[in-house]
Amino acid sequence: MGALGHYLEREGVPTAQISLIREQTAAIRPPRALWVPFMLGRPFGAPNEPDFQRRVLRALLSLFERVSGPVLEDFPEDAPAADAPVGGFACPVSFAAASVKQGDLVEAMRREIAQLAPWYDLAVRRRGRTTVGISGMKVEDAASHAASYLDGAPRPPAIPGLSAGVALKRACDDVKAFHYEAAAAQPGNLSPKAIDNWFWRETAAAKVFLAIQQICLKSSDESLQPLGKLSLVPRAVSHGLAEARQEQRKP
Amino acid sequence: MARLTDLPEWERQHHLDKIRDLPDFGRTPFVSGPPLSRRRVAIVTTSGLHVHGDRPFEMGSADYRVIPGDAPAGRLRMSHISVNFDRSGFQEDINVVFPLDRLRELEANGAVGSVSAFHYSFMGAAPIRNLEPKARELAALLKKDRVDAVLLTPV
Repeated sequence: MGALGHYLEREGVPTAQISLIREQTAAIRPPRALWVPFMLGRPFGAPNEPDFQRRVLRALLSLFERVSGPVLEDFPEDAPAADAPVGGFACPVSFAAASVKQGDLVEAMRREIAQLAPWYDLAVRRRGRTTVGISGMKVEDAASHAASYLDGAPRPPAIPGLSAGVALKRACDDVKAFHYEAAAAQPGNLSPKAIDNWFWRETAAAKVFLAIQQICLKSSDESLQPLGKLSLVPRAVSHGLAEARQEQRKP
Repeated sequence: MARLTDLPEWERQHHLDKIRDLPDFGRTPFVSGPPLSRRRVAIVTTSGLHVHGDRPFEMGSADYRVIPGDAPAGRLRMSHISVNFDRSGFQEDINVVFPLDRLRELEANGAVGSVSAFHYSFMGAAPIRNLEPKARELAALLKKDRVDAVLLTPV
């Protein structure tokens, strides 16, 4: 992000940026930056908090009034209720079927999607929008595309010319966005962390993703390797699993 | 949350390693301009936004997508390849990433001069140096549009 500040301003266009990792911005020294203490993915703090978002925006814009730089200023407020307690979340949809052996996993994911569908529909109705749809497939087809890797007979990309890795990544992103949007519509006003925990600990989709990650790591197809290494399973999840495995090995 | 001191050691190290790998940008440019109430503002996000139907971002994409100001929120998608940041906020309200509604409010009350009809999106995961050619191209477009305040917003 800081690089763009240098590149655009060098060409004569004034810039002011949000900084999420202060140390990185301090090292890059862009012309104007406002560091915010918010979680990655939320540069304006929190959804549906227009007053708060406006305060962040005003603070960012005010940096254009400085007469010299570089400027790196700290936004003084934490985001409202972004990190609500994780505990107490019981998903109304039962995923008992998700704790099954690999052969049934694909079927479990299909059932899970069917069970979540009314919540997803509610989310779309309430929000008037969805972020599902980058694969160009219906979510059920995106799930089948992903699942075909577990069946040992990967489907070719639905869109001609797309690499296997790009098609698989988009299919997985749609399945995940569907789950997240559905979960957010359920009772309990879930924090982002609670939704993450639910998805990665309890859903069949996450188990399918973890299996695909291993398949991609071993694949000779270069387009699939990034999904094995970094763009399917978050660092926090991989790290947590590695720690759990270490724990198990202890005598 | 994005305070490095609040992150677990392995995550903190990941971000610090990125600093070690940064190129030297040299002297920081600093361009002055008119008061905010006379500036024309555009948003350039590195969140990998694209309008549904446009080309989604892929691993290594270092080009940009145009986000027209009149694109309905329901048409915006996020195809950033990283899985290491929150998307639930964006799913709930695009303004947490792309604060166009807030910017329009500031335009309506005269705090900023005008809001451009065009905004732009890169994907922040691209190697940092690779963004330069398209950023220079974009600078020429922004100047042609008389934009003199660019808001850079990451995820």
